[in-house]
Amino acid sequence: MGNDTQAEELPAWSVDRAHIMREPLQAPWPVVDARAWAWSGSTGAGVRVCIVDSGVDPRHPMVGAVQGAVAVVRSDDGELTVVEDEERDLFGHGTACAGIVRKLAPDCEIHSVRVLGGDLTGGGAVLVRGLRWAIEQRFEVINLSLSTTRSNVAQELRELADLAYFGGSALVASAHNMPVESYPWHFSGVVSVGSHEGDDPYEYYANPHPPVEFVAPGVDLELAWLDGSTIRATGNSFATPHMAGIAALVLAKHPGMRPFELIAALRAAGRNVSTAA
Amino acid sequence: MTSDAEFGSSLGPLGTEGGRRELLQSIVALARSVFGAKACSIMRFDVASDELVFEAVAGEGEGTLVGKRIPSRTGVAGWSLASGEPIAIGDVTHDPRFARDVAEETGYVPRKLAVYPLHHDERTLGVLNVLDQGSSAQVGLADMAVLGHFATHAATALAAVEAMRRVQELRAQGGGEASALARVARALDAVEGKRRAAALELLEALETLLAPRS
Repeated sequence: MGNDTQAEELPAWSVDRAHIMREPLQAPWPVVDARAWAWSGSTGAGVRVCIVDSGVDPRHPMVGAVQGAVAVVRSDDGELTVVEDEERDLFGHGTACAGIVRKLAPDCEIHSVRVLGGDLTGGGAVLVRGLRWAIEQRFEVINLSLSTTRSNVAQELRELADLAYFGGSALVASAHNMPVESYPWHFSGVVSVGSHEGDDPYEYYANPHPPVEFVAPGVDLELAWLDGSTIRATGNSFATPHMAGIAALVLAKHPGMRPFELIAALRAAGRNVSTAA
Repeated sequence: MTSDAEFGSSLGPLGTEGGRRELLQSIVALARSVFGAKACSIMRFDVASDELVFEAVAGEGEGTLVGKRIPSRTGVAGWSLASGEPIAIGDVTHDPRFARDVAEETGYVPRKLAVYPLHHDERTLGVLNVLDQGSSAQVGLADMAVLGHFATHAATALAAVEAMRRVQELRAQGGGEASALARVARALDAVEGKRRAAALELLEALETLLAPRS
């Protein structure tokens, strides 16, 4: 589909907090304070969060230990394969995402799958290969602050989203910041995330108007970046790891929770839903 | 056969390089004005050389940067191009690699930078850069939304510019295909009713026949 009709049909996904409607639960939730029940006291210990992005720099003080790092590479025969990654992060973006997850869930494991940087030019096939590998490892949380506009991989991404959902991996993905059709964030079963302009890292809202299900802080955030530096940046990319970090907290406190249960708990604990908010 | 100049003129405002530059320049000038930015630019992704090329610049670098090339995987623009995602950074001078690369390549280091990918028809054609926008400390959600629309507009314009260049390159290569297509288009314009419907049906079949196999 060309761009001519997209601007009319597709919104860019960010929400002004002042205009988020209160979203009462339609059926009684079994706990009064959903936020406290969901993650109070949790540090994310025992949960593996995989960052599918430009790599992660484990030397950055805001990130700390990275338990595993691989990259998707194209072999001599043209096949995409997954190998151990020595490059760390060539853009800074993956490190920024990992730093946010670490801030919210300090004791979680962080793993990296690099699909950008170096000889990788992005593209749907590389993203698909990296995401498939992450799902095969059954990481409890997969952070995908990326999407692709390539419709030729949309069906495969839909199948991967299903695989993750049924396999027990919570796929947390950024809604595109622009009015373009992209994948896989708007597939059902994917925890899709847009931005609001607040700065409390635990402040997120359940969006009453999906396909974006949650909005989390994504504006003017201090982020880990290259070579130990920090920057201030804006984008749905950075809202997404906030929800990934909170998902890690919930899963650490409630081991074995399935993705559909996690999504229900996240919604119940949203600032505009939780009765204790 | 018409001369190159006549052929270009027959294609309308985008038939000349001057017209194409004017279109892209008008977009960056407008974006710069709307955002009160120090500079705004459109960079095209040259797939063959794997570089980003400045196509239009308003403000800082306006007289010197057009035509300048940087590796496509450089800094924030490279990330936006590769990922297809926009990003706004509040203080790029804190990014050591960005500051060095940009200073070396363009002679101007902004403090704030917003980069938007130019998506068209599932391809990322380049990026739109807005440098040191306005007086506010950050690029807010409202700015991001407006920038997104500018990027959509710029992407459509850049796609049109690229298409026109390809048409003229084909003609310059002497193949004559472009001329033949232009003659077919003129002939189609001149017919109506059943004959026009039949011609359109034939062209549709031709398009299906020539479409790349998936």
